[in-house]
Amino acid sequence: MVVKQISVFLENKSGRLAEVTRILGEKNIDISALSIADTTNFGILRLIVNKPEEAEIALKENGFTVTGTSVLAIAIDDTPGSLAKALDAITLKGISIDYMYAFIGKTQAKALVILKVDDIQNAIASLNSNDIRVLKADEVYSL
Amino acid sequence: MNFWNEHFECMPREELAALQSERLQKLVERVYNNVPHYRAKMEAMGILPSDIKSIDDLRKLPFTVKQDLRDTYPFGMFAVPISDINRIHASSGTTGKQTVVGYTSNDLDMWAECMARSLVGAGASKESIVHIAYGYGLFTGGLGVHYGAEKVGCAVIPVSSGNTARQITILKDFGPDILCCTPSYALYLAEELYASGGTKDDIKLKAGIFGAEPWSEEMRHDIEEKLGIKAIDIYGLSEIMGPSVSCECLERAGMHIQEDNFIIEIIDPITGEPLPAGEKGEVVFTTLTKEGFPLIRYRTRDISRINIEPCKCGRTTARMEKLSGRTDDMLIIRGVNVFPSQIESVLLEIGETAPHYMIYVDRVDNLDIMEVQVEMTPTMFSDAVKNIEELEKKIKARINNVLGLSAKVRLVEPKTIARSEGKAKRVVDNRKI
Repeated sequence: MVVKQISVFLENKSGRLAEVTRILGEKNIDISALSIADTTNFGILRLIVNKPEEAEIALKENGFTVTGTSVLAIAIDDTPGSLAKALDAITLKGISIDYMYAFIGKTQAKALVILKVDDIQNAIASLNSNDIRVLKADEVYSL
Repeated sequence: MNFWNEHFECMPREELAALQSERLQKLVERVYNNVPHYRAKMEAMGILPSDIKSIDDLRKLPFTVKQDLRDTYPFGMFAVPISDINRIHASSGTTGKQTVVGYTSNDLDMWAECMARSLVGAGASKESIVHIAYGYGLFTGGLGVHYGAEKVGCAVIPVSSGNTARQITILKDFGPDILCCTPSYALYLAEELYASGGTKDDIKLKAGIFGAEPWSEEMRHDIEEKLGIKAIDIYGLSEIMGPSVSCECLERAGMHIQEDNFIIEIIDPITGEPLPAGEKGEVVFTTLTKEGFPLIRYRTRDISRINIEPCKCGRTTARMEKLSGRTDDMLIIRGVNVFPSQIESVLLEIGETAPHYMIYVDRVDNLDIMEVQVEMTPTMFSDAVKNIEELEKKIKARINNVLGLSAKVRLVEPKTIARSEGKAKRVVDNRKI
């Protein structure tokens, strides 16, 4: 149920994002989702890829600072109110969401959401009991 | 009034040498008897005070370096009991330990005397109004100039540093004729004066005495044009005394050293051998008359040369050329001494390993700015923006704490700071000075 996300430290200067994607491309690593948290001086690139360990090694070898983070991926109906319902399942349990990002799956009419929460096991339990589908790691990596 | 103390300032050089020799003998006796550190050093070299008969014997004596002051922190080099100390000043040191100096009542009189000579040399008199925008406090700039100006009988405005708008108002309304501050602040004041719609015709300044940081002839020209004044260079360091160890006269042709109180030597920084007048080398001072904190052959790490020809002004004292650098990696930023090792110790404290870093110094709108770039390491990195921003803030706060100076801190990607073979390059100084 827990998905490994890769976070990369990037300076805010041109070409850095392209460099990361080039390295991953050369290693034949597929990116299924990404998001960037940016500030004036730096950004944190968060990636979901099909081979997280290999991606981490490749990026480190190229001098990037990389860290792995455990996140959740959920699939919700691509309809109004679905996201609110899913988030309620988490926040009503007193679990904080550090950040999230959404993307549309290639198949089915599902929206996929990556969530970073402060209590991952309780979040999974609560989502399960509310019938919200939490994706398995393998499912996410192969998206 | 041309001189504050014609007797000492215009003394024939032979007479001066005799006076220095006499004072040197007394000094050596004093430190041998009262400063265990010097006694031990002299004993190790097999020298007795009686071996020092004139200034020609000076080279027999050991050097004093910053490390000696650190080893004896805080009061170990004082030559009198604390009951005879009247004031303490301190400046930042290389590893966070400050350099502490103490003055007896006679020392403070001597300092005021030297400062009075410097002020009068710059054209000040009893009629003058002196605006002092050097910082007051542990830094010797403010109080050092202050008591000299009072001694001359000037009307002193102890405005200290900061609050530029108020300084401009004072310059316009109180009409001081002498300004004392760092040269970069003088330029900043000039620009603010013009920005507020004023010109040099709205102020009455005739001269400015500027020091505590390096500046160029171009900068002097700029300040003189904008403020309509003569810009005078002053030199000093807390270890030796403070401002007015040497100071230019209105001829602006080298800083007159107060040689009845200080012996200057220029040495080869590598061999330690004294160099003849006119040759560039490291400036070394011996304090002849100081009681509280006397120093023998103190290596300043400043590079200059001396001229012993009499000056057009009539003074016979040797003159020091504007400093042309340092023999170590010390930077002077907004008048504050900064060693890269201080930044390094802050980073070491925060990260687990020493990260690669680079200090960028620049001058923007006449104010020095410092940016510290630090390479991100895996131990410092976090997936959360908040944590990284907190890390930046923490480094910034610690630097401010250690240096008393604010710096921009920027975390950069690994391997983006240039590596050098051998001694690491830690500073990029883009200031045009």
